[in-house]
Amino acid sequence: MTRADEVARLGIDKFLETYREKELLRLLTCGSVDDGKSTLIGRLLHDTGQVFEDQLEAAKRDTKRFGTTGEELDFALLLDGLEAEREQGITIDVAHYYYATERRKFIIADTPGHEQYTRNMATGASNCALAIILVDARRGVLEQTRRHSFIVSLLGIRHVVFAVNKMDLVDFDQKVFDDIRSECSDFAAKLQATDVHFIPISALRGDNVAERSESMPWYGGSTLLDLLETVHIASDRNLIDLRFPVQYVIRPDLNFRGFGGTVESGIIRRGDEVVAIPSGKKSRVKSIVTFDGELEEAFAPMSVTVALEDEIDVSRGDMLVHPANASKLDNSIEAMVVWMSDARLEVGGSYLIKQTTVQTPATVTELSYRMDVNTLRREDAKDLGLNEIGRISLETMRPLAFDAYAKNRHTGAFILIDRLTNATLGAGMIVDRRSAEATLEGRTARARDAGRHIRSQLSKVSIEDRSKRLGHQPVTIWLTGLPRSGKSSIAFALEKALFDLGHGVHVLDGENLRGGINRDLGFSGADRFENQRRCAEVARLCNDVGLISIAALVSPLSADRAEARRIVGEARFVEVFCSAPLDVCESRDGHGLYARARAGEITNVTGVDAPYEAPASAELVLDTVKHSLDESVEAILVHLRDNGIIPA
Amino acid sequence: MNQYVLNHLKELEHESIHIIREVAAEFEKPVMLFSIGKDSMCMLRLAQKAFHPGKIPFPLMHVNTTFKFREMIEFRDQLCKDIGADLIEWINKKGVEDNINPFDHGTQRYTHIMKTEALKQALDHYRFDAAFGGARRDEEKSRSKERVFSFRDKFHAWDPKNQRPELWNLYNSRVHKDESIRVFPLSNWTELDVWLYIHYENIPVIPLYYAKERPVVERNGTLIMVDDDRIPLEPGEEPEMKKIRFRTLGCYPLTGAVESDAASIPEILEEMMLCKSSERQGRVIDYDEAGSMEEKKREGYF
Repeated sequence: MTRADEVARLGIDKFLETYREKELLRLLTCGSVDDGKSTLIGRLLHDTGQVFEDQLEAAKRDTKRFGTTGEELDFALLLDGLEAEREQGITIDVAHYYYATERRKFIIADTPGHEQYTRNMATGASNCALAIILVDARRGVLEQTRRHSFIVSLLGIRHVVFAVNKMDLVDFDQKVFDDIRSECSDFAAKLQATDVHFIPISALRGDNVAERSESMPWYGGSTLLDLLETVHIASDRNLIDLRFPVQYVIRPDLNFRGFGGTVESGIIRRGDEVVAIPSGKKSRVKSIVTFDGELEEAFAPMSVTVALEDEIDVSRGDMLVHPANASKLDNSIEAMVVWMSDARLEVGGSYLIKQTTVQTPATVTELSYRMDVNTLRREDAKDLGLNEIGRISLETMRPLAFDAYAKNRHTGAFILIDRLTNATLGAGMIVDRRSAEATLEGRTARARDAGRHIRSQLSKVSIEDRSKRLGHQPVTIWLTGLPRSGKSSIAFALEKALFDLGHGVHVLDGENLRGGINRDLGFSGADRFENQRRCAEVARLCNDVGLISIAALVSPLSADRAEARRIVGEARFVEVFCSAPLDVCESRDGHGLYARARAGEITNVTGVDAPYEAPASAELVLDTVKHSLDESVEAILVHLRDNGIIPA
Repeated sequence: MNQYVLNHLKELEHESIHIIREVAAEFEKPVMLFSIGKDSMCMLRLAQKAFHPGKIPFPLMHVNTTFKFREMIEFRDQLCKDIGADLIEWINKKGVEDNINPFDHGTQRYTHIMKTEALKQALDHYRFDAAFGGARRDEEKSRSKERVFSFRDKFHAWDPKNQRPELWNLYNSRVHKDESIRVFPLSNWTELDVWLYIHYENIPVIPLYYAKERPVVERNGTLIMVDDDRIPLEPGEEPEMKKIRFRTLGCYPLTGAVESDAASIPEILEEMMLCKSSERQGRVIDYDEAGSMEEKKREGYF
C-alpha cells in the first residue's frame, strides 16, 4: 500500500499519529556491482510508494541515457547521486535512503561492491540492525558472499537476510535456491548472526519483494518487505548494563550542574546509585532533566541530562554506571580493526583513539594476525593496508572505560585518527578474549604503575624538605614553539640566570636529548611522542631530586603536552609558549632545517608538513619577535617569583 | 508496545541531540546556520533541548541575501528575541555595493555571490570551525552520500571522493587551522519527519508555509510572489492574488509557490502526501542539471 492510500484510508490525523509511532529499522544492503542491489533498493522505494512522479520521470529519462535495462525502467537510477559514479555506472560510497511502510520506518545504508567494499560496508553496517546480502542466483555463493557475511557479523549485525536475486534468469528453479541456501547455512553457522533468513526474489520484476511471486509457488516464506516489517529487533538493545558516557557538562548557573549524554545502554532511574568511572566517586541520581520535563527513567538510546545528589567531579569522558555492574577500565585493549586508509597500520604506530566521548593517544603494541576476508583464514602480518582487517593490541594514554563489542556496540567501538592529517584511519571493535600472556602482562603493568606511588613513600626526605633546603620549588619549565622560535636560546639564558641566583637548574634540550637518551627515535608521530614522554619522565626525576628542569621541545601537539603535564604533575608544570610566526622562524633558519624541508629533503618538519597546535592555556606566552632574549628571560623569572616558585 | 522502545521520531531526536552536544564539546567556535525555514526551526528546537536548562552555547547565523521574504526577517527577529538566542546576520556588503540581484545577474551568479560567497566570508570572518546546517539526506540525490560531519578544506570545498568514514556515533572532529566541519544533525530526518516533529512539538513556523491570498506572477510555469517592488514586471505582467503557500523558503524571486488551501500542518501534510512531486522542485536554484547541487557543494554552498 502506498502512503497516499494509507492517508486516504486513515484520514490525515490518524495517519500522522500512526506514522509517529512507527519503529525505526536501520538496514544495510550488500552485494557487488552486478547483483542488482541498487535495483532492489529502487524497487523497494517504488513499491512502497516513496517515489515521486518527477523523480520517476527523471529516472525514465536517465534510463535512456545511462540505463542497462533497455526499455524497462532501470530502478537503480532512482538512487545514484554523484556525477562521477553515474559515468562509471557504480556506486562509490555509502548512501542512505529512507522509506516507510505501514508498520515501520526504514533507513537503508547502501554500500558498493567494488574494491572499497570493506571500508564502506563497515561504515554502513556500524549503525544497522539488519543486513540484506544479495546473491546472484546464476552465480551462486561467491567469495564475496562469505566476505560480506563476515563483515556483517564482525560489525555485530544479528539479523541477516540472504536475498537470492535474479530468480527470473534461472527459471525460478527451486533447486538453485535450495543449493544456495544450504551452502550459505553452512558458513552462516560460524558467524555471530543469530537470525538468518533466505528469500528467492527478482528485484527487477518485483517477485517476493513487496508482492508474493506467482512464479515461485514452492516458496512458502514471507516476502522481503514482510520480513523487514516484522523481524523482531526490540530485544537487540542492551537494557541491562547502564553505560552513560558524559558528553557535555551543562551549568547554566551556580544552582544547576547536569551531565549531558546519551544512555548508550541500560536504564538510568531517579534515585539510582551511580559510580563515575574512572574516579570511582559515588553519588545518586537526583534528577533526569529534559526540555520536556523531568523523567523517572531514561533508557538507551535517549539523550538526557543527569543531575547528581553530590558535587562529585565528573567531566566529559567520564562514564556513569551502576556500582554492581561496571564496565572494564584499562589502558590496554585488544580489538579487531578494519583499516580504512592508504597509510598502513604498523606495530608501534601512534594514533588518536576516539571511544565513547574520550579522545586520547594510543599506540599499537601488537598485530596478532590479519584476517583474509575471502578465505576467513588468519595470516601473519607486519602491517595492515587499506580494507584489511586484523587483530591488534593497543596501549592508550588515558585508560578507557569499555565493554566487549559483542556485548555493547557503543562502549566496545572506537575509531583511530591520524595525529597529523586528522584522517579517520580505522574502526575497531573491542574483543574481550585475552591471551594468558596479555593477562599476565597486565599484572606487570599494574605493578609498574603501582611503583610510582611506592617510590615516594620509601624516601625519608620529603619534597617539602628538599624545597626548603634548595630555596625553590622544583618545577619543570616546558618551552614549546616552532623550530627556531627561540626556545633553546631562552632555555640556556634562563638556566644561567637561575644558576646565578643560586638555584639548582638544568636544561633538557630537544636536540641534545636526541644525541643520547633519545638517539633511537626518529620524527614519526610515535617517535615524537616517545621523545617527549622520555623528556617529561627525566624532568620529573630531576624535579624529584629537587632541581628546576627547563625543557625546550617543539612538542607540537596539545595532547602530547597534556601528557607531559600529567607525567610531571599539574602543580609542577609551567608551560611557556614561545610564539613567533612561521616566516620569522624560517628567516632564522641557521641550520637550514626549513630550507631542507621546503626542498622536500626531509619530512615531518613542524610548520612545513607537520602541524603545530598552539597552546590554548599556557602559563606564559612569550612573543619572541617583539621581545629580546633578556626580556623573555625576565618575564619567566617574574612568573616564577609571582607564583612563589623562587623567592621574590 | 514495549515501554522501552522509542518511536522513530524520538529516536531521531535523541540522535540529533547527541550530534549537537558533540559539536559543542569538541569544537572551539561552532555556529548554527539559521535559514528561518522549517528545517532550521526543527534544528533550533533540538539545540534548545540539547542544552536545557542552559542556553544554546553558540550563536545562530543568518546569511541574508537581501532578497529574503520580508516576513522571514520579521519572524527571525521576533523569534531570537523570544528565546534569547544570539543572532549574527551576515550580508555580502560588496555584493550590495555592486547591486547584485537575481534579475540582472542571473540566478547562478546572484546565488554564488550573495549566498555561497557570503557564507564563506562570514565563516572566515568569525573563524568558525564548525557550522550546523539543516540539510537532510532525503532532499536531493547528491546529499544521500553526505556525512553527518562533513569535512571542508580551508577553501570550504567538499570533496565527495575523499570523505572521512563515519561509524557508529563516533564523529571525528579534528581539523587544522582554517579547516572546518559542516554538521548536519537532521541528516537522517525526512521532510515528513520534520513536519511531524514541528506539529507534535508545537514549534512555531513562519506563516509563509500556510496558504493565504498573496500577490503572484507566473513565470515559466512557476508562481513567484511579488514581495516588494524590486522585482521588475515584464510588459503586460500583472500581479494577481492567489491562495498559495511555499514548500521551501529562500529568496522570494527564486522560490516557487504552490497553489493550496492548506492552512495547518496536517493539511499541508495531507497535500504533500497526495502530491506528486518532490520537495525541491519549488526552488529555481535547482533547475539546472541533476548534478548542480553537487557542484555547488564543492564550491562551498551547503
